[in-house]
Amino acid sequence: MLSQALQFLFTGVTVGAIYALVALGFTLIYNSSHVINFAQGEFVMIGGMATVFLVGAGVPMPLAVAAAVALSTLVGMALEKFAIEPAGRASVVSLIIITIGASIFLRGLAQLVWDKKLHAMPPFTGDAPIAVAGATILPQSLWVLGATVLLVLALRWFFARTLLGKAMLAVANNRDAAQLVGIGVRRVQLASFALSAALGAAAGILIAPITLTAYDIGTMIGLKGFAAAILGGLGSGPGAIVGGLALGIAEAMGAGYLSSAYKDAIAFVVILLVLFFLPRGILGARGGERV
Amino acid sequence: MLHRPLLTGLAALAAAALGAVAPAAAQQPIKVGAFLSVTGPAAFLGDPEQKTLEMYVEEINAKGGVLGRKLQLVGYDDGGDAEKARTFAKRLIEQDNVDIILGGTTTGTTMAVVPLVEQAGIPFISMAGAVVIVEPVKKWVFKTPHTDRMACERIFADMKERKLAKIGMISGAGGFDKSMRTECLGVAKKFDIEIVADESYGAQDTDMTAQLTKIRNAAGVQAVVNPGFGQGPAIVTKNFRQLGMNIPLYQSHGVASKQFIELAGAAAEGVRLPAAALLVAEILPDNDKQKPVVVAYKKAYEGRFKSEVSTFGGHAYDALMIAVDAIKRAGSADKAKVRDAIEATKGYVGTGGIVNMSAADHMGLDTAAFRMLEVKNGTWALVK
Repeated sequence: MLSQALQFLFTGVTVGAIYALVALGFTLIYNSSHVINFAQGEFVMIGGMATVFLVGAGVPMPLAVAAAVALSTLVGMALEKFAIEPAGRASVVSLIIITIGASIFLRGLAQLVWDKKLHAMPPFTGDAPIAVAGATILPQSLWVLGATVLLVLALRWFFARTLLGKAMLAVANNRDAAQLVGIGVRRVQLASFALSAALGAAAGILIAPITLTAYDIGTMIGLKGFAAAILGGLGSGPGAIVGGLALGIAEAMGAGYLSSAYKDAIAFVVILLVLFFLPRGILGARGGERV
Repeated sequence: MLHRPLLTGLAALAAAALGAVAPAAAQQPIKVGAFLSVTGPAAFLGDPEQKTLEMYVEEINAKGGVLGRKLQLVGYDDGGDAEKARTFAKRLIEQDNVDIILGGTTTGTTMAVVPLVEQAGIPFISMAGAVVIVEPVKKWVFKTPHTDRMACERIFADMKERKLAKIGMISGAGGFDKSMRTECLGVAKKFDIEIVADESYGAQDTDMTAQLTKIRNAAGVQAVVNPGFGQGPAIVTKNFRQLGMNIPLYQSHGVASKQFIELAGAAAEGVRLPAAALLVAEILPDNDKQKPVVVAYKKAYEGRFKSEVSTFGGHAYDALMIAVDAIKRAGSADKAKVRDAIEATKGYVGTGGIVNMSAADHMGLDTAAFRMLEVKNGTWALVK
């Protein structure tokens, strides 16, 4: 019984780490612009698909990964530059709708540029599962967890120690005040899209060897990441991580102990419950404006 | 305005009279109507079907046609939409006046057209999978692909031989998956198979270890069947190995393509699944009756379209050949006579199997049409 629970936990934590990275992407953009970027899932797709195709074309894996992250970052910046920025002072709802349009566009483009097939990516280091107390974990899961921890640490350092990071925090805190003290809000917004696209691509590359990748994987993973961000408290970095892990574990446990038929429903039931009983999420800001 | 219908009527009368006295009208082409899902979600089925029909209609015409008359293919793309399929079938019957209808890439588009062809009384050969198309038997409706029930029966027969009696099932949420799961549950008793675990996963699910862990812990489970289609089965196979499960794993004919082996990689080793002879054309023994047919079709298709042959194109090949064969035996394209001739098809060797139709069986295949395959060294091998 214990080994079974441990197996569900391993599964949940692996998937949860990916949700956490996607949720962090949502959080970064939300903080700098109050936009919920529904194209976040497409960054995950671009990361995985670009890597698969570059490796297929004979590019060495590390180089392919770097190029895929760079490509996704460029797409993220282009999204901000050519879709969000020209909209100017449009309402947040309009901006969110723009991101939904962008997501459909990117999916269509991926279908044309690449193809409609599923693709498998070779794992970074071997396929042999590691047995732990009756449960098994894939080496790739360790990669996912390790890389997620590293990325989160890097983000912490970025926000605490760099000027751009601090500027982003300032904009998140109070956009108008930040602008008054001379912070280039536009530039910060662009940086947040770039950063969140890079995070998304990293998540897509890390998970692809476990789950396969295709042009249309972005929608579901984007929605799950969004659910994780809501669960953790939209706008909170640590909240995104806690929310992602909690959602992943809840899904795995739900599929294991309740019924696997409801697995996808769990994420959305979680959103509803959080919105009803804990509208600011687990670690969201307390107080402030109430609507 | 008043004399218009009168004129048309007269013209029709004259034409009928001419047709009756002068057999020269027999030089008109035989019209073969087709509605296929060439685009849309079922495009990977409809596309090879259309290519196959075009290629063989061309070939038959180059050889002089059927009964001295050329074949004329009238094709429409329904995009996988049942409503559109209905509209196109109506057009085929009422405007194009086709002699026979082939098509219905999916079960949905096929079933939408069934009432129309039954009413119009026109022979119709479907290329879709589900049992409901021919059960109960409909007077004018036939089909070429094997059904998911036969796939289950083939899997269970293989299990029985290996003395596996308690199995776990993990099925996807798609139409194919659900239908096959129901069929498997239905025929399990017949083979003394007990299903001790019955799990499912969503269409976009990326991890099935939780479900598989449950199956692994089910008491006495000896094998696992995965009725599934698309990406699910590849992930199930990977997770299965990841969990270190070493009982036999059976996949369905839904993933009988090279792509499954590519996606699942090393994890696919040892997986068994039922599949049509076409997939393993080259490795069939030389005394296999189907070998010449499937090898010839594969060569022709791959030579012309430079893409790998699929069983779906094979269903279209069979539909066209059964139709042509029936028209020849009927001695004319008369709808009722052709229908009777299709029903009397015996010993037709096609890509899907050897077809023996009867008044009670409008498909005419048995489980022998399925070969049990096992993945060995990254490719398919015949079991035994």
